[in-house]
Amino acid sequence: MKFLFKILKDFPAYLWSGWGAMASTLLFIAFWDLGNQVYGNLVLPSPLETFKTLYTMLQDKDVWEQIDITLYRASVGFGLSMLFGSILGLIAGFFATASMMSRPIVTILVGMPPIAWIVLAMIWFGMGDETVIFTVVVASFPIVFVGALQGTRTLDGDLKEMAESFDFPWHMKFFDVYFPHIFSYIFPAWVSGLGMAWKIVIMAELLATSDGMGAELAIARSQLDTPTALALVTIMITSLMFIEYIILEPIKREVELWRA
Amino acid sequence: MESLEVKNLTHHFGFTEILQNINFTLKKGEVLSVVGPSGGGKTTLLHLCAGLLDVEEGSIQNSFKSTAFAFQEGRLLPWKNVIDNIAVGLLAKGEKKDKALKKSQKIALKFGLEEEDFEKYPKDLSGGMKQRVNFARALVTKPSLLFLDEPFSALDIGLKKELYAHLLDSCKENEMSILFITHDLMEAIRLSDKVLLLKADPGHIVKTFEYDTPNDKREENFIYEQSAKILQDKEIIDTFELNTLELT
Repeated sequence: MKFLFKILKDFPAYLWSGWGAMASTLLFIAFWDLGNQVYGNLVLPSPLETFKTLYTMLQDKDVWEQIDITLYRASVGFGLSMLFGSILGLIAGFFATASMMSRPIVTILVGMPPIAWIVLAMIWFGMGDETVIFTVVVASFPIVFVGALQGTRTLDGDLKEMAESFDFPWHMKFFDVYFPHIFSYIFPAWVSGLGMAWKIVIMAELLATSDGMGAELAIARSQLDTPTALALVTIMITSLMFIEYIILEPIKREVELWRA
Repeated sequence: MESLEVKNLTHHFGFTEILQNINFTLKKGEVLSVVGPSGGGKTTLLHLCAGLLDVEEGSIQNSFKSTAFAFQEGRLLPWKNVIDNIAVGLLAKGEKKDKALKKSQKIALKFGLEEEDFEKYPKDLSGGMKQRVNFARALVTKPSLLFLDEPFSALDIGLKKELYAHLLDSCKENEMSILFITHDLMEAIRLSDKVLLLKADPGHIVKTFEYDTPNDKREENFIYEQSAKILQDKEIIDTFELNTLELT
């Protein structure tokens, strides 16, 4: 509770530090507009037109439904990866044999292109939620798993010894010695796993479903409706930026104050 | 009477014999140091006595009520600030949090840390400050036996003297005993009632030196004299291989 309060207290200062990010975003939009003036409306609609389309789209209930569907798939997929990736990663990290055995499997999971998974999933599960969720899990699970594994493998033996010399009870060993270290590895892994989940969900939807934002994107493509496509991309990016900069980054800062 | 009794202690790492037939007794209120060259098994001996390693052959009987350990490097928890780091020993013993924090703040001030340092994380502390925290963490629990693993080796003379004084204070106040390993002979002579000389390969005790003058009454002169004397000792020359230095 105290911790949450501190995050909220430091939040305005954090937001204030965002002017630089704001400036670079505006610069990016300026270049975008330049691109529009060079290549014309069909190839690259102007930012203004895109934002106008975005505005009308957001009035439409149906669009919100599609966003909902995508959000649902991404969060179920990511939630599963986060849960199983963390737990299995921790277990694998605590046992040398398990971590040795899991390495090649992780390499396979990381190395296999997500598009290949989508094809397989379409054959296995057909066109629907399962295919998308499966692909999301397969893509973001290894990231979380490796984070948890690394965190556990790199626990400091010297600190363990210190804890033993003071006869730490088990809950202190866990919360004061192991947890902060593991968390400093697992949290960034969650963040990149989430980014991955968000990317993969759109791709899987585009190929394997008839609803969700990915499917909307596919429709926009087939109709050569560039403003709608760009508006969809804007929704995806803004939502990711919101999650990353407004929710996760402040937490990360507080949690990792102790880091050099 | 509390004591630490080591009998016929032998220890191996794999097939290498690290310690061979070690015998000594540490009584209440006594400061006992083990000196010897690096890599001679001193740390292993200390870890065995502190219960951080399991005894294989021989026996160690520790009847001291409580022990604490001060390490060579601070070994502070990087995610805890100064006060929370000092308090861990007390919390591990089941002390209430606010009481533990109060005690920690008190001892931190006594050990020359300032109030503005209390909230700092170890990454922002100098080596000397880390070592102050390390000592405070060990001594705040008022242990009846303190293990020291060369905690002074990287400190400047002023800070060393300050910490020596704190140690001797605690010894007097709480009748604390110390088992102390070091490669610094002068330090051993300054603090100890008994000095064991540990020769390497495998580690065994070749000689014991005893000092009767109470350790808070030892003048600089006494320490220099005794250091000069001990450096003439044949066993010391042998153990630290001092003669080969002169030949080259």
